[in-house]
Amino acid sequence: MAILKADKLGVNVAKAPSMLTGAIPKKAWCDTPAIFKPGNYAYPAKKEIHEYHQKNLPQAIGGVPRDWDPEKDDWLLPDGWEQIILQGLKERLDKFRSLKIFMDCCVRCGACADKCHFFLGTGDPKNMPVLRAELMRSVYRNDFTLGGKILRKLAGGRPMTFGVLKEWFMYYYQCTECRRCSVYCPYGIDTAEVTMMGRELLHLVGVNINWILEPAANSNRTGNHMGLQPHTLKENVEYLCDDIEEVTGIRINPTFNRKGAEILFITPSADVFAEPGIYTAMGYLLLFEHIGLDYTWSTYASEGGNFGLFTNNELMKKLNAKMYAEAKRLGVKWILGGECGHMWRVLHQYMDTMNGPADFLEVPTSPITGTRFDNAASTKMVHISEFTADLIKNGKLNLDKSRNDHRKVTWHDSCNTARGMGLLDEPRYVLNSVVNDFHEMPENTIREQTFCCGSGTGLNTDEIMELRMRGGLPRANAVKHVRDKYDVNTLACVCAIDRATLTSLMNYWNPDVQVAGLSELVGNALVMEGEKERETGLRFEELAGKEEGEG
Amino acid sequence: MPILEHNGSKFTVDEDGFLTQGMEEFNQDWIDYVKGIEGISDWTDEHQKVVDTLQEYYKKNGIAPMVRILSKTTGFPLKRIYELFPSGPGKGACKMAGLPKPTGCV
Repeated sequence: MAILKADKLGVNVAKAPSMLTGAIPKKAWCDTPAIFKPGNYAYPAKKEIHEYHQKNLPQAIGGVPRDWDPEKDDWLLPDGWEQIILQGLKERLDKFRSLKIFMDCCVRCGACADKCHFFLGTGDPKNMPVLRAELMRSVYRNDFTLGGKILRKLAGGRPMTFGVLKEWFMYYYQCTECRRCSVYCPYGIDTAEVTMMGRELLHLVGVNINWILEPAANSNRTGNHMGLQPHTLKENVEYLCDDIEEVTGIRINPTFNRKGAEILFITPSADVFAEPGIYTAMGYLLLFEHIGLDYTWSTYASEGGNFGLFTNNELMKKLNAKMYAEAKRLGVKWILGGECGHMWRVLHQYMDTMNGPADFLEVPTSPITGTRFDNAASTKMVHISEFTADLIKNGKLNLDKSRNDHRKVTWHDSCNTARGMGLLDEPRYVLNSVVNDFHEMPENTIREQTFCCGSGTGLNTDEIMELRMRGGLPRANAVKHVRDKYDVNTLACVCAIDRATLTSLMNYWNPDVQVAGLSELVGNALVMEGEKERETGLRFEELAGKEEGEG
Repeated sequence: MPILEHNGSKFTVDEDGFLTQGMEEFNQDWIDYVKGIEGISDWTDEHQKVVDTLQEYYKKNGIAPMVRILSKTTGFPLKRIYELFPSGPGKGACKMAGLPKPTGCV
């Protein structure tokens, strides 16, 4: 749906009442109902997609597959849905110690309150992380603590009602699980995990969104979010090789599903489908050709992303497992992972206890430099930025930085790689090696304090565009700062959701800033053996000094 | 799911107005209907070529083509596709051809 022009929305965010209530709230938060209207919620899952997941994971995806409308007063919930939620909460409190701690230990100091991009962008108090968690804590207190059972509302408890369920659906889908708030929490409460539990519980009663469940279904069935079948994936990669040949004169012939390859390469499927991700994929292809890497693509493990993380831990485990099943089948030594965001949170924080340790693989060692990646000793999976930084550090790449001189670059730390796995310096090292003009955004918006793109965790769907543009405003504002100060025209990052959503965000707030994956910039700078003189970059853009009419 | 009627044909569409049954329900009345909402006054061979290309690709691959492949196959640069279908290759041309929206990190 159409949204306000950027200048108007900017004023609205700063001056107008909160987006969702449309007024300055006069009542207490628990007496202010969540009201669904077009543009403030993502579409529910299609009936057949709901059915598909329920057949595969009946314990995780409950409720009745149906057409339902969040704006209506009847969501066609299963009988006894309140008990299903409470039972689900009980099981999770027993299973996940983190949840129990997060429910108990908040002291409401408020340090998190203004750290959330959705709070900053919507002005809605329920988007303060403390209050987002309180939506669940109040139910927890009411039914699972002694004080709450006796004192109820006096102890901050409230029963599970339809009104509470609506709040959960609204606010657990206005959190991108970016974890910026948890950086500031003196107790380290990870609100992302509260949101994850909130979504799990909603799934038990069939309350869901299509933009997450359909890619997850595609990934389970076809191997990737897009639903690219093996022949299509192969054709797309080969098509990118045609483009590479046109730009560089070098023909690359990558292999697929090749048994005995040393390394299995896995990246988000959007990298071989949509712009600007495809230019990142061209960068990977050039890099691997440059160093003569013995690697293979897979048409089965053809997705880095894992929308199970946004759904339910059983689904996350299942989707993660196929990477390892494929590594085993092909007999590779280890896995190299591309520029994906949330794949790395799954890998770094959950894989080991879900599907690991992957003892059948070897501790990753770069065949080019001999560097052993002991940080990946258990998961056996290395990030492309670590791998590339090591190649550069050891002088294995022939780079011509000036080929990126048409770009003045700033760096967006993708939430999941920055806060989820501590990948902060490697991408900067790579960036500084392939571009001459790199400017950091203000320090409270980068590294561990990075601001989310505003559309992560499967919220990158168009029907909530205003919400996305509001949630992304803090990030866009920091980009604007370096654009105004240094004429920055490129926002680089290492995440597929970022590449897609920051593009929309920049088109809206900073229309002259393009978004590029780090490996695209590497690919531009790589001097390939036997290449022709480059007239353009990988997206066929003019290079500095090669503009038409000039020398 | 909403059902809409145009020139006597009935179509089931999703929230964004894409055909839920895809090409099964696609016909001339659908073209006529989408022409109206897309603001296309004259249906030309170029429009038809884009629709044919999308449908042919979809039958083979079960997904819409990469935009660059659509451009290459039809010979129309992206700019021309936007002139033909003002909402763009996805929301305009794919909707017209009865293809579903792509999902995931896009």
